[in-house]
Amino acid sequence: MTGRNSALSKINMDKHDAALINLLQDGLPLVARPFADVGEKLGISERNVVERVDRLRRSGIFTRFGPFFDASAMGGAFCLCAMAVPQDHFDEVANLVNAHIEVAHNYERAHRLNMWFVLATQTNARIDEVVRDIERETGVKVLCFPKLEEFFIGFKVAA
Amino acid sequence: MTLDPLDLQLIEATQAGLPIVEAPYEKIASEIGISEADVINRLGRLIESGVIRRIGAAPNHYALGMTSNGMTVWDIEDKSASSKGAEVGALDYVSHCYLRPRALPDWPYNLFAMVHGSSRDEVEGKRAAIAKLLGPSCRSNDILYSKRILKKTGLRLSRKGV
Repeated sequence: MTGRNSALSKINMDKHDAALINLLQDGLPLVARPFADVGEKLGISERNVVERVDRLRRSGIFTRFGPFFDASAMGGAFCLCAMAVPQDHFDEVANLVNAHIEVAHNYERAHRLNMWFVLATQTNARIDEVVRDIERETGVKVLCFPKLEEFFIGFKVAA
Repeated sequence: MTLDPLDLQLIEATQAGLPIVEAPYEKIASEIGISEADVINRLGRLIESGVIRRIGAAPNHYALGMTSNGMTVWDIEDKSASSKGAEVGALDYVSHCYLRPRALPDWPYNLFAMVHGSSRDEVEGKRAAIAKLLGPSCRSNDILYSKRILKKTGLRLSRKGV
């Protein structure tokens, strides 16, 4: 796909970088020398893999490198929520919503439902409490979209 | 699963990221004063139990030239929602894909898929491709482009919190 290839050349990445981006989304092997394993798959040295991962992390191409935790498996709860906020009260409502420490991120989106945020709490009961608090403070109904099933494959780049 | 104090220490030591060195698990082990084998065993258990989804990298779509992204949402008949969701999630331009409950009458959509492209036209083209893939099992769809980040705080687990 030309769009993706030109994107890669613009940021000066080669095929090994692209292969690393794809491979490392699937997972780093849980062995003493994981980068040696990865290097073997790509046909490059362990040292080369470490240098590339370090460069991809430093340059911000990787926003994160390490374990991805599922807080819900540790007794935590998450919920995607949406609100249809009247435009003339938008910033005021955003401030009220963001003031809750349970709000992990919040996006304005182009839609009748124009505010989308994620709640992260210890328990499902606490999700319900925060939702009720936000509705009471803002006077706007909060729709809840908890995750029922997740399909994770990641995002692949063309080498 | 029940996390013991060493598991919690391990989570704390790795939640900001894994050291990018030849022997990353050994480095973590020496930081918290347990053996490398213990770190590897514990991480393996955490993966098995689902506390850790995976150990790996998250790419920055913007840095990769994917400057346009939209949250596509789909109303898929319940009986095929799970299998169709897996098909959409497997597409290489979809980064996150979830089944969620509808909120009728306000919101008829039950499948959410984040689509990335280098332009809005490209994203719309991919949305059309997904519509084609879903066929008649999908009754309607929409796309929500983000306008502004209002808040973004990384998730941080505290020992007290776990």
